[in-house]
Amino acid sequence: MSPMTIDRDGKTLARRTFLKGGIAGGFLLAFHVPLHAMNESTAPLDDTTNQFAPNAFIRIDRAGKTTLVMPQVEMGQGVYTSIAMILAEELDADYSQVALEHAPPNDKLYGNPVFGIQVTGNSNSIRAFWKPLRSAGASARAMLVSAAAKQWKVDPSSCTAKSGNVMHAASNRTLSYGALADAASKETVPKDPPVKDPKDFTLIGKPLKRFDTPGKVDGSAIYGIDAMVPGMRFATLAASPVFGGKVAHVDDTAAKLVPGVHKIIVLDDMVAVVGDHMWAAKCGLDALKITWDHGANAEVNSDAIWKHLREASAKDGAIAKSQGDVGKAFASGEKFNAVYELPFLAHATMEPMNCTVQLKPDSCDIWQGTQVISRVQQTVAQLTGLPVEKVTVHNHLIGGGFGRRLEPDMALKAVRIAQKLDGEPVKVVWTREEDVQQDVYRPVYRDEISATVTDNKIVGWKYKVSGSSIIARWLPPAFQKGIDIDAIDSAIDMPYEFPNFQVEYVRVEPPAVPTGFWRGVGPNNNVFAIESFMDEIARKLGKDPIAFRLGMLEKSPRFKAVLDLVAQKSNWGQALPKRTGRGVCLQPSFGSFIATVVEAEVDESGEVLLKRINCAVDTGIAVNPDTIVAQLQGGLIFGLTAALYGEVTIEGGRVKQSNFHNYRMLRIDQIPPIDVHLVQSGEAPGGIGETGATAGPPALRNALFAATGIPLRRLPVDRDVLAGRKQPWA
Amino acid sequence: MSQSRQLKVNGEDKTVDVPDDMPLLWVLRDVIGLTGTKFGCGIAQCGACTVHIDGRPVRSCQFPVSAVGDRAITTIEGVGKTPAGAKIQKAWLDEEVVQCGYCQSGQIMSASALLATTPKPDDSDINAAMAGNICRCGTYVRIRTAIKRAAGEPIA
Amino acid sequence: MGMKRRGRGKRFFVVVIVLAVVAAGVAFYLKGPGPTDFSGGQKVALSDYKDANPTSVPASMKGDDVVKRGEYLTRAADCMVCHTARGGPQFAGGYALVLPVGTIYSTNITPDKATGIGNYTDQDFLAAMHRGVRKDGARLYPAMPFASYTYMTDDDALAIKAYLFTLAPVSAPARENALTFPFNQRWLMAAWSGIFNADARFKPDASKSAEWNRGAYLSEALAHCGECHTPRNLAFAMNNRKKFAGSETGGWRAYNITADHDSGVGQWSDGELTAYLSSGHANGHGSASGPMGEAVAESFSRMTPEDVKAIVAYVRSVPATNSADLPATLAPPAPDSHKEGIAAANAHGKQVFEGACQSCHAWTGVSDISSYATLTGSRAINDPSGNNVAQIVISGSTSPDRKGSPDMPAFGDTYSNAEIAAVANYVTARFGSKASSLTENDVETLRRQSAR
Ligand code: FES
Ligand code: FES
Repeated sequence: MSPMTIDRDGKTLARRTFLKGGIAGGFLLAFHVPLHAMNESTAPLDDTTNQFAPNAFIRIDRAGKTTLVMPQVEMGQGVYTSIAMILAEELDADYSQVALEHAPPNDKLYGNPVFGIQVTGNSNSIRAFWKPLRSAGASARAMLVSAAAKQWKVDPSSCTAKSGNVMHAASNRTLSYGALADAASKETVPKDPPVKDPKDFTLIGKPLKRFDTPGKVDGSAIYGIDAMVPGMRFATLAASPVFGGKVAHVDDTAAKLVPGVHKIIVLDDMVAVVGDHMWAAKCGLDALKITWDHGANAEVNSDAIWKHLREASAKDGAIAKSQGDVGKAFASGEKFNAVYELPFLAHATMEPMNCTVQLKPDSCDIWQGTQVISRVQQTVAQLTGLPVEKVTVHNHLIGGGFGRRLEPDMALKAVRIAQKLDGEPVKVVWTREEDVQQDVYRPVYRDEISATVTDNKIVGWKYKVSGSSIIARWLPPAFQKGIDIDAIDSAIDMPYEFPNFQVEYVRVEPPAVPTGFWRGVGPNNNVFAIESFMDEIARKLGKDPIAFRLGMLEKSPRFKAVLDLVAQKSNWGQALPKRTGRGVCLQPSFGSFIATVVEAEVDESGEVLLKRINCAVDTGIAVNPDTIVAQLQGGLIFGLTAALYGEVTIEGGRVKQSNFHNYRMLRIDQIPPIDVHLVQSGEAPGGIGETGATAGPPALRNALFAATGIPLRRLPVDRDVLAGRKQPWA
Repeated sequence: MSQSRQLKVNGEDKTVDVPDDMPLLWVLRDVIGLTGTKFGCGIAQCGACTVHIDGRPVRSCQFPVSAVGDRAITTIEGVGKTPAGAKIQKAWLDEEVVQCGYCQSGQIMSASALLATTPKPDDSDINAAMAGNICRCGTYVRIRTAIKRAAGEPIA
Repeated sequence: MGMKRRGRGKRFFVVVIVLAVVAAGVAFYLKGPGPTDFSGGQKVALSDYKDANPTSVPASMKGDDVVKRGEYLTRAADCMVCHTARGGPQFAGGYALVLPVGTIYSTNITPDKATGIGNYTDQDFLAAMHRGVRKDGARLYPAMPFASYTYMTDDDALAIKAYLFTLAPVSAPARENALTFPFNQRWLMAAWSGIFNADARFKPDASKSAEWNRGAYLSEALAHCGECHTPRNLAFAMNNRKKFAGSETGGWRAYNITADHDSGVGQWSDGELTAYLSSGHANGHGSASGPMGEAVAESFSRMTPEDVKAIVAYVRSVPATNSADLPATLAPPAPDSHKEGIAAANAHGKQVFEGACQSCHAWTGVSDISSYATLTGSRAINDPSGNNVAQIVISGSTSPDRKGSPDMPAFGDTYSNAEIAAVANYVTARFGSKASSLTENDVETLRRQSAR
């Protein structure tokens, strides 16, 4: 995986700013607005003739049809609905009539304000676009109002706008947005239009129905894997199972006899079979006798990777944050220390990797769901030598991103296959085995923490996180002074106030194994280590885990509020049967304030039974409270799956796991009631998409600690240790 | 061997010329063009490919087309025409079950078959019918609520 | 003091004599009948047998060169499976055979001079195949089935050698065996061999057909079926008094394949036996898994139809011996509703089943997907030990021809011993005639025994 070089200077992650704003409550279950089939964007979006197109996000034609262009991609987090609600709110459009379109690749118009390029990830769609979308809606409304006011020769302030119409109450006249489209186009775009006071919100804050779900329920929704291009063939591929290996020899005699096989393509590091359908391609691939030149990584295995990480983590890293005098603090007080380690994880998105390509001498069309549409366009342009504008990327609904679709590799591999064809379109679909074994893996991490305590208060805190820097590969300009801003996320901004604390980062790239962003990213690792360590200190001090935490939250009312709420909702402190425990996790990740309590039982043989989960969430203004609850429910299960079963092991330079039988998922009959309680704090919206994944593992780990007294310091949960058949790793 | 055969899909006759051992999943998606049925694992572990064969839920990724015979195939694109399917789809939207949605055709096919055979499913019925359907986004809580809603039971 | 010591000297001498006599008697008793003695007919030297020669390759291949014939015979003798470590180069050894007395590793039989059999002369090779004696004179452990290969003709053994010598030599030194005392004393094998290795070539039964004799030669001298399916006596030799009545090997049960109606293959038709051997599956009887799955994939499925037919005819003729631990009747399909069927409270087993297994096996045990996945009627399911059910859940099962038939994935890496015990006990209770009661420790033992 060659490092991505970006010619543009990527912005470093802006400090999270909090905006004040009012709140509008009340639950109004509105009707469903069907999402017009949006896979094939009809007119190219930049062709806005006879439309009112004041900015990148809004198009109103003369008939009043309002099209909202989605800068971020929908991968289940409900972002199309929340973005549409924000735009329609400030635009005062008729919410039931809006149509949505995927944004085309265009960093300038649709780049994520935090990253500078088009990226859906890091749970930042709402926080990053909150201001730009509101002002886009407000400015369009202002232009429509002033156009109407001019026509009626009245003062704009005497006009109001509501669900697609401008009204002048005094003269009881109304003009629809469609009628005003041409006139409004001539208005100048206001620089800093006033936005609504949250107390006047009519859409934001309501659990409105989602745009994308009707199509997803009747089978009409089109994901990347469903793209159907006339004359298309189907292909599947196998890259070298050992990372970095090459193809030595291919015997395709048997494969050629497989019915429906059209072509066998042998490249230096992978083999693909093109057929009349996926079954022909797959049977063809199975019939190939491929001998690989495994290369240097053939001997790499998990033990070697852990050994390498432990040795490398011993050296000094870059100081990411330092406050007070840690040295002096550690001169006194009761000392505590612990080490935590987390394994590689695969994404296993429900929609396996895929990409459809039609490569012609002077153009290239790509059909797939991607979280980085402009990066796909740029890297395909680099690979094919075509000018960027000759590469058209048709984005699609995503069947699970979780960070895997932040990579352009599936498009690049599909294009390399298409280069061996004569211009006919080809849909390249990865088998689940290829998806799991050719992933970019959540890195292995090693966290070393020490603390010094005087009268039940942590006075000194040292935290060292060692692991791969994904940012250094994925957004090189953002990797400054040896510090990976993602790897230290939620470690430098813990909920707790310590007078003296230091956070250190050691970059350690694992041999052979490519790493990538995985839902919950850096906070998954840091919150797990920090919240586990908090519980161990509390227990040694004989303090209740929640009371101990509350003692260090004087200056953080939002953390205190969610912790109190979850304690109350989960009956914290009430007696529980034997070998059953409650575990808490408090986290600051992604700009939201979340406290979670998991209740779990451990039976005699070490099996873990999930009993109950409560989660208190303060994410500021809840644009759509219902999608927030759903994201927490789902994210928690995503995290708990990783905590209980998630591990990718390396043997002979290759990934051992391959499909859902040995990369196991929690199923419906293992899921307890999950209650999510929203705290409407009215602050600017925080991030939600990844918070559940971060909250699950530490809360479960602490519940098992309470249930068995065993401090697990590695994941996945070791059932032999919980049953007492094995000593816990320390 | 490959031979031309007649399939009845959602009430329509389709003629396809495919190998006998080809799983029904790929016939539906790549040959007939009904892409609502999804590929998720290929080894009958995830349920995303679930269709009905004479009303019984079947993982089409491991079901050879030659085994269909003249039985009726129902896919997500046609299940809405069945009473149980319509109730399940409505409940799925009322409860906003869906997130990425990729597993949901399979979930809905399994849930519709359950409702058709067990009008008032309890939790053990739901577990028995739905545990084979994996949802990577973790929508299980709402799947359970939506099935009960579709069955007209008070939501626990 | 003296009296007692001298007295004890005389008494000691008597004891030794008695022990020797008893040992000889026991040895003679344990040796028992030869593998084909049950047929009762007159055994004649091969050269005296009037009908078609039952040895070597099928008629259609008689004209092939020695290497071609050797390849066929190497597959029939199923050498590759044991002489190949999991994922390792073929025939280079390193495959672990876990026995009650410890673990033995198969050796490299590629023609590598240093670590393989490159230096073996014809005589050396015959000594190993027929008498279990290596070129350096050391004795092979009976895990290498020389007590069966001894019946192989010299020509066939040397044809196998000719084929092996066309393989690319692989350098793979033998792995250290880990046997408990006294079983690590190779010289003991000389005594064992003296008693239990007939060291005699195959003798056809003049009263039987050419097909029966061909089946006998294939089953005894090449496929060595008795090494797994015939129970072992105290000295770990095959007890042909209970020929083919079932045994246990490498953590798997090799079931009774005698003509017994209840516990053997008495109820199987010839067609079902033929399908089982050539494709690894017989409708209504289940699929071959574990070591038998490997034998079908690498050996039986590659034999000619006539050879499979001959083996079926021979196996059919083995007299019935009942296995009392196997239930007489096989359970019918279970009800279609998960709520009906077994009453045994095994919530954990049911939970594993409804998540990972029901998609293929259904609540009835009769698969909606493929007959390969039907549990009803399978011996492993109707075996109260649950032994093979647990092993199949751990290591999965693939069919050799992969023609669209589903493979059973291996769940052993992520499902715990407790879960595998629970689901095995659930499956035998719901789809078999008698529930198994495996514990997590049993499953741990099964994993160790079948470790490769
Ligand atoms: S694709 Fe058929 S069960 Fe997963
Ligand atoms: S909704 Fe995304 S996998 Fe189920």
